[in-house]
Amino acid sequence: MNVFFSFIITLILVLIPVVGVGLLGLDPLFGIVIPYVAFLIFFFGLIYRIIDWARSPQPFKIPTTCGQQKSLPWIKHSRLESPFTMKEVYLRMFFEVFLFRSLFRNLRADLVGKRLIYGSAKWLWLGAILFHLSFLVIMLRHLRFFIHPVPSLVDIIAKVDGFFQLGIPPIYHTDLFILAGLFLLLLRRLVDSKVNYLSHASDYFPLFLILGIVISGILMRTIFKVDVQAVKELAYGLATFSPVLPSHKIGVLFYIHLFLVSVLAAYFPFSKLVHMVGVFFSPTRNLPNNNRAERYINPWDYPVKYTTYCEWQERFRDVMEEAGIPIDDEWCKETAEAQKQA
Amino acid sequence: MYNSDKVIVGIIIFILFFAMPFWLNFGKAKALPKPELPSDTKECVESREYMRAFHMKMLLDWRDKKVREGQVYYINSQGKFFKMSLQNTCMKCHKSMEKFCDRCHTTISAHPDCWRCHIAPEEVKKWQ
Ligand code: HEC
Ligand code: HEC
Ligand code: HEC
Ligand code: HEM
Repeated sequence: MNVFFSFIITLILVLIPVVGVGLLGLDPLFGIVIPYVAFLIFFFGLIYRIIDWARSPQPFKIPTTCGQQKSLPWIKHSRLESPFTMKEVYLRMFFEVFLFRSLFRNLRADLVGKRLIYGSAKWLWLGAILFHLSFLVIMLRHLRFFIHPVPSLVDIIAKVDGFFQLGIPPIYHTDLFILAGLFLLLLRRLVDSKVNYLSHASDYFPLFLILGIVISGILMRTIFKVDVQAVKELAYGLATFSPVLPSHKIGVLFYIHLFLVSVLAAYFPFSKLVHMVGVFFSPTRNLPNNNRAERYINPWDYPVKYTTYCEWQERFRDVMEEAGIPIDDEWCKETAEAQKQA
Repeated sequence: MYNSDKVIVGIIIFILFFAMPFWLNFGKAKALPKPELPSDTKECVESREYMRAFHMKMLLDWRDKKVREGQVYYINSQGKFFKMSLQNTCMKCHKSMEKFCDRCHTTISAHPDCWRCHIAPEEVKKWQ
């Protein structure tokens, strides 16, 4: 049900530019207006989310650890699994963000007869890393459409990525990797009944949307060629804030690609995809495990109105004397003086 | 805002990364180079729109037909005959590699390696 719903939505999204550009010829709308609007939503939406998160107080220091914390000098401290200083936290974060280190520990749980058995499950990690790193490389390679002259780094990435020169134009390896990653991630949700049970339309939709983007991009490169020179004119115009419609018509497939990208960008800040910035705000990852060495002050704490023993004693002096309870003036004087000095 | 120093650095990095297409151009629009079209002929092998998008497919197709199947002529949609050859057909009308093919390819960072073996018109002139 969730799967079909997301799939149908994606299909409808594909059809919108087919009708809009193919039948109605609304090139300026789909080529200039929608991408700009989507990019603005992406930008300000994400900044809004970042500030919103940064304003939320973090009551406790709750890093999740899976190694020996810093202790006595002769006990080996696991610096990445249980970071003590901020430097170690940054290092842990780096590996988390670029290599998905915690995902590498992903486990599967199976019931064999009546026994619960845990095993290693690296598929999720493999699919995720293939997908994310390929996406990054593809985005960097796409800079060739937006920048003139093309930066040499982008040029080098493209050359390395097409190293085996399969076909003309050569197929990029990251294109194959990202497809493999996306299908792994999708299959995991479809095949594994436990994950399937947990999957909502909002889990399938991004997968279908990105699959749509990737498949339209690859088709555009390999089979249904579009005028890439004209794409450059359009994209370069967008990037230099002097948008023009290119001098030659670009195929509808390109507008499908661009429209799906625009939808992704606009959807990004309000969906699960914000985990891109969310990961930096994870209190289980971004805090050092030094609770015992450094007191963490809960930002919720506010000055509580309390009564000291001496104030209390002052208030009930008569009653206490009457009842024969000893009055400790000496001590109160001492503490008051000590406080004055401090 | 808590940890505002770190959050602001984060926002700046985020903006710098995703606004790369904008600031790497330094905000100024230069004219993209235009390939020099032949002046003595009016029409290409196929329509201009088709050539702009599909010329690499056509070249590959020609290569396969000529080298592997031994065919010699390509018949275009108007029924005109063309000898299938990169140097002797394309480059007879498009007399320069640098002023034609490369003008597009460098703007779009495409790297056809054809000229490692095939001889560009510029190259021919050097040897004459
Ligand atoms: C008969 C001469 C002739 C031959 C042969 C020829 N071209 Fe062309 N080509 C032209 C002309 C003339 C134009 C401009 C077409 C127009 O203005 O409609 C052109 C346009 C093009 C364009 C589009 C350029 C642009 O900026 O719009 C490309 C790409 C192209 N040719 C590639 C090729 C390739 C590749 C071959 C070999 C397969 C080839 N041409 C063979 C004459 C030729
Ligand atoms: C109108 C601009 C234009 C002109 C003129 C042009 N090309 Fe291209 N060519 C392109 C673009 C754009 C690509 C990349 C397409 C892609 O990435 O999908 C390309 C790709 C190619 C490729 C595929 C190789 C690769 O690495 O992508 C070959 C081969 C090729 N061109 C040959 C030629 C030849 C030979 C000429 C000169 C006769 C020529 N082209 C003129 C725009 C042009
Ligand atoms: C490794 C060297 C080499 C490279 C690189 C190369 N070719 Fe060729 N190509 C040849 C040779 C050799 C022939 C001649 C075969 C014959 O005539 O029997 C040929 C023939 C052809 C032909 C048909 C015959 C003719 O006269 O043109 C075409 C078309 C062609 N190549 C296109 C290309 C294109 C397009 C590229 C770039 C993507 C390319 N070739 C890259 C070696 C190469
Ligand atoms: C979320 C961002 C995007 C993703 C994931 C994406 C993905 C892809 C993929 C996988 C390809 C196949 C070829 C390649 O890897 O280069 C491709 C091609 C292409 N993309 Fe994108 N794309 C994105 C954004 C854009 C944007 C904003 C544009 C607008 C300029 C664009 C224009 C193109 C074009 C013109 C091609 C064909 C390239 C060629 O024929 O060589 N893409 N895209």
